[in-house]
Amino acid sequence: MSLLEVDDLRVSFATEEGVVHAVDGVSFSIDSGEVVAIVGESGSGKSVTAMTLMGLTRSPNAMFEGSAKLRDLELVTASDEELMSVRGAEIAMVFQDPMSSLDPVYRIGDQIVEQIRAHDHEISKAAAMERVVELLERVGIPRARERVRSYPHQFSGGMRQRVMIAMALSCSPSLLIADEPTTALDVTIQAQIMRELSALREETGAGIILVTHDLGVVADIADRVVVMYAGRIVEQGSLDDLFYDPQHPYTWGLLGSITRIDRDRSQRLPAIPGMPPSLLAPPEGCHFRPRCPFEFDSCRSVPPLEARVQDPPGHRDRCWLTPEEKRAHRQVDGEIGLAVEGTVTS
Amino acid sequence: MSGGAADPVNGTGRDRAGGERADGALLDVEHLQVLFPVRAGIIASRASAYVHAVDDVSLQLREGETLGIVGESGCGKTTLIRTLMRLVDPTGGTIRYRGREITHATRRELGRTRRELQMVFQDPQSSLNPRKRVGQIIGTPLRLRGLQGGALDERAAQLLARVGLNPEHINRFPHEFSGGQRQRIGIARALALEPRLMMLDEPVSALDVSIQAQVVNLLEELQAEFGLSYVFVAHDLSVVRHVSDRIAVMYLGKIVEVSPATELYDKPIHPYTAALLNAIPIPDPRENRARTRQVIEGEPPSPIDPPSGCRFHTRCPFATEICEQVEPPLAEYPGGHLAACHHPRNVTPAEVAGTVRSPASPLTAGDELPQAA
Repeated sequence: MSLLEVDDLRVSFATEEGVVHAVDGVSFSIDSGEVVAIVGESGSGKSVTAMTLMGLTRSPNAMFEGSAKLRDLELVTASDEELMSVRGAEIAMVFQDPMSSLDPVYRIGDQIVEQIRAHDHEISKAAAMERVVELLERVGIPRARERVRSYPHQFSGGMRQRVMIAMALSCSPSLLIADEPTTALDVTIQAQIMRELSALREETGAGIILVTHDLGVVADIADRVVVMYAGRIVEQGSLDDLFYDPQHPYTWGLLGSITRIDRDRSQRLPAIPGMPPSLLAPPEGCHFRPRCPFEFDSCRSVPPLEARVQDPPGHRDRCWLTPEEKRAHRQVDGEIGLAVEGTVTS
Repeated sequence: MSGGAADPVNGTGRDRAGGERADGALLDVEHLQVLFPVRAGIIASRASAYVHAVDDVSLQLREGETLGIVGESGCGKTTLIRTLMRLVDPTGGTIRYRGREITHATRRELGRTRRELQMVFQDPQSSLNPRKRVGQIIGTPLRLRGLQGGALDERAAQLLARVGLNPEHINRFPHEFSGGQRQRIGIARALALEPRLMMLDEPVSALDVSIQAQVVNLLEELQAEFGLSYVFVAHDLSVVRHVSDRIAVMYLGKIVEVSPATELYDKPIHPYTAALLNAIPIPDPRENRARTRQVIEGEPPSPIDPPSGCRFHTRCPFATEICEQVEPPLAEYPGGHLAACHHPRNVTPAEVAGTVRSPASPLTAGDELPQAA
């Protein structure tokens, strides 16, 4: 059995302008010790998906359908009390902005002690503090014993993110959700944090859901990739499937529009034209249709997310083109990209 | 050794010693320094220390060229271009624009030069007035140029169309546009004064990847069309590689390496540059697996009390005694490549033996050139 099984998850929010379908039928699973990356741009629904697993999107205007099962526990319908006991202990989350996720008026050590004691009622304060020191050392904070007495503002961005990871680890969760954990950090610090996350997965066997827009980070750490666009999964598969045999035109566009440090400047980047649709009034059928140079009649109905390439079976996409057509269309100057005529418009 | 006249990096370097300015240098910066006082005490507030934001930086920019400036947060890259724009007053050094010194020029003295130097900011949200319509935002600089009435509206609409926006949206407010579109408005506003040099401060960092590519393409088209020169500041080295002709790497207020773009990525000489490049994951799983990653430890020290000698020595895996004691000068390597390091990487003993001290070296740097191992 998978650690987490998400099946046809739908999240929508009632707003003054209408209903926003932020997550529109998302299904994926993750095993222990596995890193699954959810990739997408702003508004693709990747963060809402992740936050819903933690019960953080619950609000009077939110509506949920479908299922997300952590082993035997149904997270979508779980009571707030059930979620409370799972959150932190079974599922932990690391957010993009470590400054706003730490309480500025409490010492770092006390904040982590509080979390440990909330889930372990037996442990003494002193023993919990010992554990905090160990955890901080584990995530690479020097002089941890002194620094437990520091306040968040006395830490740099990278150090705060380490504190967040230590906090997430404090109750040995089986699932760690990292939402853009390195986006706010410099590259040398990003490399350090990614190394910590990799080590952690190996040591604890936790499953990691990594929400990111950075395909470099994905290539570095993920085992499988889920690509989201405008609330839906457009493609999912193993790391190599996604990078070397991408099936959805949006994935081609993403891969084509990234600049690489190991490549010389080419004439121009094969950018994806236009912008993502409004989720208040998404286009009928395939959501990528208005930006896709290969759209045809069938695209007015939503393509199912299914395996279209024979093997491997885990590689699924949501595009009506045949695998042969895809192979023919996805090249721009010998590299994968979205072939678009003319100049960029918005 | 690099050839004298054709030296692409430091074309003006040797001529300058003779008091002459080489052709084509649009911007010539010598020993620029910007210190920010850190004030202590409530009543008698006095500067107790200084943040060394930009510390003795020399560089040249030629007409039509794109100079990339990279470095981590706090390295001084944004302060540097803000100073070049004369938005921040330098503490020392000189800035020459087309041969004319503008280091301390007043607003009036700057005059026309101000129009030729324009800036595009990182955050298109906070750099556009939310209460002004797009037409007004782009119209204000046009009015400065003496346009009014129908001619002004027409020109504003042209500019919008040129940056890929619908001219019919001229009466919309900034919040009615997406991030990428707002960045286009910022670019149209900068273009309105027909600049020759644009300072781009992280112009695509806040944008989604697919939108980044659109804006990068737009900037390149505009450069070709109007013969613009760019100073492109970013922390994303892959975007910088894509747009730049030459790249300067900054660390704690100093330039540690300057090189033609391709050369920098193929053959980084300074260990900090090598570490930066090594830290970036390549969006290609096979190449990523094949690469040996060396993660550099620690974080940049405080710019209030920067380390002695080479500022990178506290994190450098190759540091020796000399690195602590002597600030390395910028040494000139073949191919127009400058690097300030006592223990250069990716160079042959012959290349090391042939180095000379660049005039762009900081005044406080020692005379010790790197020794062949």
